[in-house]
Amino acid sequence: MAFESLTDKLQNVFKNLRSKGRLTEADVKEAMKEVKRALLEADVNFRVVKSFVKTVTDRAIGQDVLTGLNPGQMVIKIVKEEMESLMGSEMTELVIKPGNEITVFLMAGLQGAGKTTTCAKIAGQLKKKGKKPLLVACDVYRPAAIKQLEVNGAKQGVPVFTMGDKQNPVDIAKASIEHARENDNNIVILDTAGRLHVDESMMEELQNIKANVDVTQTVLVVDAMTGQDAVNVAKTFEEKVGIDGVILTKLDGDTRGGAALSIRAVTGKPILYVGMGEKLEDLQQFYPDRMTSRILGMGDVFTLIEKA
Amino acid sequence: TKTRKNIASGLDSIFHGFSKIDDDFYEELEEILIMGDLGVDTTMNIIEDLQARVKEEHIKEPAECRQLLIDIIKKQMAVDETAYEYENRTSVVLVIGVNGVGKTTTIGKLAAQLKSQNKKVIMAAADTFRAAAIEQLTEWSNRAGVDIIAQQEGSDPAAVIYDACQAAKSRHADILLCDTAGRLHNKKNLMNELSKIRRVIEREFPEAYLETLIVLDGTTGQNALVQAKQFKEVSDISGIVLTKLDGTAKGGIAIAIQSELGIPVKYIGIGEKIEDLQKFDADSFVNALFEKPEEDE
Ligand SMILES: Nc1nc2c(ncn2[C@@H]2O[C@H](COP(=O)(O)OP(=O)(O)OP(=O)(O)O)[C@@H](O)[C@H]2O)c(=O)[nH]1
Ligand SMILES: Nc1nc2c(ncn2[C@@H]2O[C@H](COP(=O)(O)OP(=O)(O)OP(=O)(O)O)[C@@H](O)[C@H]2O)c(=O)[nH]1
Ligand SMILES: [Mg+2]
Ligand SMILES: [Mg+2]
Repeated sequence: MAFESLTDKLQNVFKNLRSKGRLTEADVKEAMKEVKRALLEADVNFRVVKSFVKTVTDRAIGQDVLTGLNPGQMVIKIVKEEMESLMGSEMTELVIKPGNEITVFLMAGLQGAGKTTTCAKIAGQLKKKGKKPLLVACDVYRPAAIKQLEVNGAKQGVPVFTMGDKQNPVDIAKASIEHARENDNNIVILDTAGRLHVDESMMEELQNIKANVDVTQTVLVVDAMTGQDAVNVAKTFEEKVGIDGVILTKLDGDTRGGAALSIRAVTGKPILYVGMGEKLEDLQQFYPDRMTSRILGMGDVFTLIEKA
Repeated sequence: TKTRKNIASGLDSIFHGFSKIDDDFYEELEEILIMGDLGVDTTMNIIEDLQARVKEEHIKEPAECRQLLIDIIKKQMAVDETAYEYENRTSVVLVIGVNGVGKTTTIGKLAAQLKSQNKKVIMAAADTFRAAAIEQLTEWSNRAGVDIIAQQEGSDPAAVIYDACQAAKSRHADILLCDTAGRLHNKKNLMNELSKIRRVIEREFPEAYLETLIVLDGTTGQNALVQAKQFKEVSDISGIVLTKLDGTAKGGIAIAIQSELGIPVKYIGIGEKIEDLQKFDADSFVNALFEKPEEDE
């Protein structure tokens, strides 16, 4: 898709407006139409966009345009700062307990988001750091889910704990902790079945796992291509189960990934990692500033502004 | 089975409190459509069309205007009778799409439906890449009670398709359902692999009717439009399967795809069970789109 970049659009808007010294209300309103459009095209949630646009508009009106910047760049600068405060500017990592204490990660999310793959990716990374991870097959529903985890575990050289598909995921999770203790594993990664946030009994299953196992961190795995519904999903998982962070998958595609901003805005939870491919090494640190540029559909403008 | 609930009450509650067709009314409409993932362009086009007709036909009542809108979208999304022609022929159904959208599951469901119509169905396990993809499809073939043609993980998917075409011919199958690996549309080599698969089908089984279904996750936002465009370039797409509509996502991007690319939605997925696949019904789809989320009550 050949869309004009937001920068070009904003420059165009301001070409037709006279204001130089100070941003007038008319200037800002005109420019914010383009910002709003860019965010919606990136799948940022409509309500999040609305409140974001209001914040930026309120802040921008009446501001002095800094020397070295034109009004368009000035608006972008404010947009950028507000995006940063929404997205967070620091990088957050998974919390791991010290020494040989067992850290338990509960991985959850909608169907097909990338949980099983991501579990194996994390296990591989932690193994490289000298940890002793154990993968646990708590998805007893999806055909061949256990086998999938076993194949991936074998590729990573990480053991996989399973009890087949006839046991209850809560019992499997409990037993896996015992198993980890006996086998000197200090990281336990629970791969759970994909579930809809509106599926009461499946959400209860996650609550039960947390009630019976000392989960260190609950991670919501989200497909980066998710549209407007991302907020409902994230909010419900947070309310019903409680989440500590988010992993965004399939960012190796060309989606703008507005879900990242929406989820951040409604849950306040950090994005921990991003999935950048199907291979088990394709898991990367999350860089909020890169995500901001990506969502707005502009690569190098920010660096340009930083120099100014 | 799960169905999409509350359609009637949802329809009644939208645009409540509007006594005239004004800016607020259109703004609310814009919000509903964008929240349904139709995207900015399609939403604006729809609203402009609507505004023009409201003027032309001197419509004054919001209720009338709303109905007009619903009718416009329904009409656009309606699938014609010939859409399921492949069912009556000897055919190959190629199922494609990005990762995790529901391709393999859809094939399992479709196999069961076709089998219940007394068709002889064979599945081809051409996802040789993802861990346990073959075992997953094998389980679905057992559930549906149909044959499967598979090789080892890591083998050439085009070779699996070749085998499957031969098997379909020699066993006089009515329908060959081909599962493929999930691939992102911006991966050139993987997209080329798909063209190759298609060429093998055309060469080895030219007498078969080729139905290519792209599976789209109903939760996906604007990227689904790009997906459909890119997949269409490597393999003529004859229909869409829109999955995971048992959640709260509306799948409105399908409207954008229909209007921009003319690809009709033929099936919807509404759950993980074998019976959770339905032929597309424009009425209930559009009605569900206008359902108000509960929090707004
Ligand atoms: N391109 C790409 N594909 C990914 C990524 N992460 C996962 N996938 C693919 O997405 C598909 C679904 O991944 P799974 O790990 O099976 O997802 P899941 O959430 O465990 O799925 P369920 O257990 O069925 O809910 C597979 O084809 C994976 O290879 C990623 O970062 N990039
Ligand atoms: N709720 C719901 N889940 C679905 C539906 N269709 C598929 N799923 C689930 O989505 C997940 C992914 O489905 P698959 O059939 O493995 O998807 P795929 O496109 O074959 O995935 P890859 O081969 O990894 O690209 C599984 O957990 C399915 O059970 C649906 O209509 N509704
Ligand atoms: Mg899984
Ligand atoms: Mg599959």
